[in-house]
Amino acid sequence: MNNNFIAQVKNLNLNFKGKKLFENLNFDILENKSTALLGTSGVGKSTLLRCIADLEIENISTGKIVLKEGTNIAWLSQENSLYPWLSILDNVQLYHHLKGNKTKKTLRKAKELLEKVNMSEHINKKTYELSGGQKQRIAIARTLMQDANLILMDEPFSALDAITKIQLQDLTCNLLKDKTVVLVTHDPQEAIKLANHIYILKNQPVTIEDAAFLEGTLPHKLTNEKLWNLQDELIFKLQENDKRSNI
Amino acid sequence: MKKIFKILLPISFLLILWQGVIVLFDLPHYMLPQPKDVFLQLTTQYSLLWEHTQITLLEILLGIILGSIFGLGSAFVLLYFKRIEKYLLPILVISQAIPVFAIAPLLVLWFGYGMASKIVMTVIIIYFPITTACYDGLKNTPKQWLQLAHTYKLSPLQTLFKVRFKASLPSLASGLKIAVCIAPIGAVIGEWVGSSKGLGYLMLHANARMQIDLMFSALFILIVLTLSIYFLTDFLTKKFIPWASHLH
Repeated sequence: MNNNFIAQVKNLNLNFKGKKLFENLNFDILENKSTALLGTSGVGKSTLLRCIADLEIENISTGKIVLKEGTNIAWLSQENSLYPWLSILDNVQLYHHLKGNKTKKTLRKAKELLEKVNMSEHINKKTYELSGGQKQRIAIARTLMQDANLILMDEPFSALDAITKIQLQDLTCNLLKDKTVVLVTHDPQEAIKLANHIYILKNQPVTIEDAAFLEGTLPHKLTNEKLWNLQDELIFKLQENDKRSNI
Repeated sequence: MKKIFKILLPISFLLILWQGVIVLFDLPHYMLPQPKDVFLQLTTQYSLLWEHTQITLLEILLGIILGSIFGLGSAFVLLYFKRIEKYLLPILVISQAIPVFAIAPLLVLWFGYGMASKIVMTVIIIYFPITTACYDGLKNTPKQWLQLAHTYKLSPLQTLFKVRFKASLPSLASGLKIAVCIAPIGAVIGEWVGSSKGLGYLMLHANARMQIDLMFSALFILIVLTLSIYFLTDFLTKKFIPWASHLH
């Protein structure tokens, strides 16, 4: 495997409920970069992410996903991924809690991470007393706690209000800047803001297009004409694809 | 104060209605005793009533415990052995179509006149709501919780006990609340069919001797018993699963 890649999707074919969903998908995920999988709702973005996380093994008919040796995966999903029967601290230390190896060190680290995501003052609350944005902050701390080198994010900001969304996008970029991230989103603006590499998923069956590669520090500010044009281009492609799938 | 009023109001209404029916239709004592006669039985025959209450209570509690264990075990089996699920689930549904009254004499024949037949009857009655509630809870564990467990590489057994089982608790609590309300039916039917102890037996015994006020006092205790177990279960589930009402 090329050293720049943390994951390579090779000739992936996947059947879902008797229907061919993916046909010969080929793409790479660059190490220490953020990759966005952009597509309209229901196109199969989350399924593709689950394939990378090895959660769709029974549906993959042919092809494979090769991960670089020693790759650890962390998963950040939409709202409500916290276990409500656990305290906030145990949710942050979830991996260690479930594996039964919590220590003073993990507790200290969890507290540090809660401080980083500005949740220290809510430490004694129950998870169900938190707002959607606060829950996602805890989930981000939990993801960081895992110390994984590949972070898969399944529309983590889609259920949030506009202001909380912007705050959490910036916080995530700040905290995950050295990590490899794969972000699933239906929002072209979010893809441009949070990703270096943008793939568009087109249906049906799903094929993938390498749409853009953006250098620079994340989050990208949509202040220059080039990025505005890219946004228009991505929207146009998504609309075209949506029209085709509705025919 | 408001709470006490809320409880006292319907009770007072029922007592007035009860007494009103007796006066209005001029019902004799052997048809419907007066509330004060039932109360008198409760105070004068308390040692006899307590003796039989203990037996019925024990049958109900043991039935609930065993029924819950069998129900939980069956739900785990249904979840993890899909082939068994295909055959066991229809059998479970069909079993509910058989009236428990019909099999009560058989159970007494097989398990004897003692406590065992009543416990089995209670287990049969609560087994279905417990199994289906727990199975639904296990099956409908939110997928994001399972995805996390998978990325943490938990074994199927770890996922079952540390994620799925915990996630199923609200559903199980609902099933348990239904179960504790119907569990006394099993115990009492068993006692009616064949026994020498318990509130069901006492009711039949009193009825045969035209001691309708004693029969009503046994019935009153049975109602209080059922309500107490229900409210205790409700209190415990709220205490130990406080997050259940915040899931959606």
